[in-house]
Amino acid sequence: MYAIETSGLTKYYGKARGILDLDLSVNEGEFFGFIGPNGAGKSTTIRLLLGLIQSTGGSARIFGKDAVKDKKEILNDIGYLPSEAVFYSGMRVREVIKLSADLRKKDCSDEAHKLCERLQLDVNKKVEELSFGNRKKAAIVCALQHNPKLCILDEPTGGLDPLMQREFFYILREKNRQGATIFLSSHVLSEIQRNCSRAAIIREGRLIACDSVEELGKTNAKRVTVRGDIHLSGLPGIRDMQKSEEGVSFLYSGDINALIHALSENHVYDLNVSEPDLEEIFMHYYLDGGEEK
Amino acid sequence: MTLIKHEMKQGRLSLIIWTASIGFLFAVCLFLFPEMKGEMDGVSEIFSSMGSFTEAFGMDQINFGTLIGFYAVECGNILGLGGAFFAALCGISVLAKEEKEHTAEFLLTHPVNRSSIVTEKLISVMIQVTIMNVIVFGISILSIIAIGEEIPWKELLLLHLAYYLLQIELAGICFGISAFLKRGGLGIGLGIAAIMYFLNIIANITESAEFLKYITPFGYADGSDIVANGNIDIRMVLPGMIFCMVGIIAAYIKYCKKDIA
Repeated sequence: MYAIETSGLTKYYGKARGILDLDLSVNEGEFFGFIGPNGAGKSTTIRLLLGLIQSTGGSARIFGKDAVKDKKEILNDIGYLPSEAVFYSGMRVREVIKLSADLRKKDCSDEAHKLCERLQLDVNKKVEELSFGNRKKAAIVCALQHNPKLCILDEPTGGLDPLMQREFFYILREKNRQGATIFLSSHVLSEIQRNCSRAAIIREGRLIACDSVEELGKTNAKRVTVRGDIHLSGLPGIRDMQKSEEGVSFLYSGDINALIHALSENHVYDLNVSEPDLEEIFMHYYLDGGEEK
Repeated sequence: MTLIKHEMKQGRLSLIIWTASIGFLFAVCLFLFPEMKGEMDGVSEIFSSMGSFTEAFGMDQINFGTLIGFYAVECGNILGLGGAFFAALCGISVLAKEEKEHTAEFLLTHPVNRSSIVTEKLISVMIQVTIMNVIVFGISILSIIAIGEEIPWKELLLLHLAYYLLQIELAGICFGISAFLKRGGLGIGLGIAAIMYFLNIIANITESAEFLKYITPFGYADGSDIVANGNIDIRMVLPGMIFCMVGIIAAYIKYCKKDIA
């Protein structure tokens, strides 16, 4: 069964595009990354899955249940961490955590206590006294204390220091090993690369790629760095050309023989051909739309 | 139940301040009555000969020299207007504040039906309005006992029932509007309460505008009418309760389908 399955999911805000015809499947127990530039539709997708907004078309199912009709049941199984956590002013952290558990009609005090200790969260502070990072920690406890079957995390590490980020991902991997599905929306590609088994890329409201992180990283393009007095104008397959005083660096996806031939007509001091890093590949998806997969 | 408790906690300070303020003004007014009673003959004459102003506040129908006459006008205005403001503020903010303060995302991503949220929030508003009225009524009774006057139970109960219904109606209407707002609406709530108050004054002054009494809840909660007639005009209460129900139903319909920004 899929933890998340959307079919033709579409959302318009009036005439403005939210997401278009989104078909997305996340397997149960998967650590799934969701990547896209600002305004691509990541948050709209998450808000539709959580029932905060209503779709214009298509459907979404969580663990086989309809995201609209069975919303209450679905939310019972979900832990949601928003990108910017806001709580009721005047409340202390422990009251917010207790309120969250009470709204779920569960006693989560043991797990909440463990999470607070691991994240070094002072539960006696008032929420308005919390820094952005500590508010995030309180939100993490609220999202995970009931051991949800599906964790939906929207830009989860913003505000957390590197040590806390590491601890947070330890916790997530533990939950994942225990069977929880993790849906991680993030701009930080290294987070996706380190933690996720599969990922989807969304751009201008459309899903442009969805595959294993390994596959997404594979491309025909090579990063070519050449030192010397280089002129390669007219050679097809060159992208992301960066010129410096020492030479040039570019992504090359054309015929390698044509490149060698073109380079032989230049004065080359040094040549390096390597796999592009994941960041570069995602930039390619972001900027050019990538290939439909 | 969790949400009712939460809302009660959130609204605790506001409830205390409004109840204390209205209760204090009630007590002050009532404690002034014995001193004023002796001078009331002259005052009543003055009050009853101020033309439109007299009619506007219904002082042509009651004797200002009696406790209940004094109570209907003085205390009636305090609880009528003060209670209306409190009820309107409670109603207008209870749903809209979640989006205004960006807490809606927290609340609505928990496994609670939106209709349950509307119900629990509505109940919390009604409880707050009820608590305020019960305490003010208690303060009123104790103050009357303290100044050694006989308690005019029937009129007093009728007056307080009318003010309570007025507040419930305004809370219900504002509750409905609250579901449509995204950025809070304290000004709208206060505005509605104030407009309703002035509509009744206009209805009292101008005969041709008497129909306004069927629109504003201050029409059936007019202290001088209640004391003079010995009852609450049910013909005015009914449309008011219909407005209230429409507000509440609108809140359910809108909030259950609303996109949360």
